[in-house]
Amino acid sequence: MSMGEVRADQADAGRDERGEPVLEVEGLTVGLGGLELITELAFALGAGERVGLIGESGSGKSLTALALIGLLPEGLRARGSVRLAGVGHDLIGASERRMSAVRGRRMAMVFQEPMTALNPLMKVGRQVAEILLLHDTEPDRESAREAVVELFERVHLSDPERMPESYPHQLSGGERQRVMLAMALANEPTVLICDEPTTALDVTVQARMLEVILEGVERHDSALLFITHDLPVVATVCRRVMVLYGGRLVESGPIAEVFTRPRHPYTEGLLESSKFEESDADGRLPTIPGSVPAAGRFPSGCPFRDRCHAASERCTEWPGWTGDALRGFACWHPRGGDDG
Amino acid sequence: MSAAESAALSEPAAGDAESVARRRRLNPNLIIGALLVGLVVVLALVSFVWTPYDPTHVDAEARLAGYTADHWLGTDKFGRDVLSQLMVGARTTLFVGVVAVGVAALLGTPLGMLAGMASSGWVRELIMRGSDLLLAFPALLLAIMFGAVFGASTLTAMIAIGIATVPTFARIARSRTLQVMQTEYVMAARAAGRSRRAIAWRHVLPNIAGLLIVQASVSFAIAVLAEAALSFLGFGTAPPTPSWGRMLQEAQELLAVAPRLALWPGLGIAVAVLGFNLLGDGLRDRFDPQLDDRR
Repeated sequence: MSMGEVRADQADAGRDERGEPVLEVEGLTVGLGGLELITELAFALGAGERVGLIGESGSGKSLTALALIGLLPEGLRARGSVRLAGVGHDLIGASERRMSAVRGRRMAMVFQEPMTALNPLMKVGRQVAEILLLHDTEPDRESAREAVVELFERVHLSDPERMPESYPHQLSGGERQRVMLAMALANEPTVLICDEPTTALDVTVQARMLEVILEGVERHDSALLFITHDLPVVATVCRRVMVLYGGRLVESGPIAEVFTRPRHPYTEGLLESSKFEESDADGRLPTIPGSVPAAGRFPSGCPFRDRCHAASERCTEWPGWTGDALRGFACWHPRGGDDG
Repeated sequence: MSAAESAALSEPAAGDAESVARRRRLNPNLIIGALLVGLVVVLALVSFVWTPYDPTHVDAEARLAGYTADHWLGTDKFGRDVLSQLMVGARTTLFVGVVAVGVAALLGTPLGMLAGMASSGWVRELIMRGSDLLLAFPALLLAIMFGAVFGASTLTAMIAIGIATVPTFARIARSRTLQVMQTEYVMAARAAGRSRRAIAWRHVLPNIAGLLIVQASVSFAIAVLAEAALSFLGFGTAPPTPSWGRMLQEAQELLAVAPRLALWPGLGIAVAVLGFNLLGDGLRDRFDPQLDDRR
């Protein structure tokens, strides 16, 4: 089998998996005053599709997630359009009341820090049960209590009968994160957003947690938007990946393709720096020169041009998107020739 | 440091466990404060069922009696029993604190939470600037004004003191609310679709309650002092209801003849104020999460 065929197969695998789009994002721009933190983001998630969102710290990953679920920090404004299947209105600009009905029901989120994401003064079972009652998934406290036990079983918490009676401080980080996942999956959301859900966990606990997440989204056919800077984790969890830099989408495509043949120099740099076997004579790992600028300090045009070894005059202008929604990049000087 | 201790410290959770243990240990402030406050409470409770004499009973025969077997703490210029007055006065003192702190906490806490959570900057500014305005106004002056308008009584004086204390509660509630609103569990609750009201009630209030309890204790002490001062000035508790502040005022003219008349109510006020202050400090040590980082 030639290289070309492998690529085509994998690309098709990526395409076939896409069901009806359940989340459609167009022209998503997040700004603070005159400052653009996220620029013209456009992507779609199919039902049950698992997509990774990667990039360094400060590239706008978490901000994207918060913009989708409508929980941007005060002062930040989102423009553009976010459409979610089963919701009759645009999520951008929707009222707090309407968003409350969407959050936790159609769209749920698991946060990075399990140690602080649970109210320290409430038993964990109660916290999950309230989410079920809130969205009328369960009619009364009694049935909600039973549903919590079942949810805890599904996320493989040990002792699901007794666990709901625990307070957060009695649980380990991994256990708390499972409780958070149980909470997020409680109402079988159409889209589950995980913002670095395993970063704060022990490496040994991480792998198990990832399995539990995958099991959870598969059971409900939820689309998964998985945010991380950990490339091996993306490779295990997701089928498709989007690379974010400076608040712009710089490359996207099926994992196998993006990771074996990156087109954007930034993606290439990210991949290089995660190859631990490749160190230079001094034993140093390859890195991307420079560091991520502070928000709003990205250069005009291609945000990566001041750190890019291939940058030229043309890069002062935004290159635009080459390719389609499934496989594409935004670069004047793509790696690996100029065939798509 | 023993081997067990150093082993415990090497555990990642040792910091937590240690601070929990330290919080659990009863600190002297808490114990002494609770004892002093307890003394006042017991005096007040006992006065409901038993006092040596009717505190308003005038006994012309026994005017200005010293410490005698009949009158353990003596009598005042009208021959009223000092111990009986002191006991019933404790009731007034506690009543005063409960009313003032109740008014302040019930108004100040929701206002402060609103100022910390409201999405409209207009509402937040209105509340906080209003409370600044109130803070700039002397509490005693407000109480005297209330007395002049609504008639001098313990209740009006204390409602005035309570209103003057609203900004204190509003400010504390607001600053803690701002902190709690930043926490991930509030973020997670919002991501789960909880309404603002539910978040305020279920997540914010329980997590700010500790500091508010501490403040209640401290404000209690201030209210007790304020009542004494107002009664001394004649704007507080009206005769013949016994009040420590009024006992002090009546003792003033006899200070050279019978200093003990000033001693006992003065001691009562000191015990109550010190007690509530120590209790507040002790509770702060247990409840204030920020203290952990500083030590």
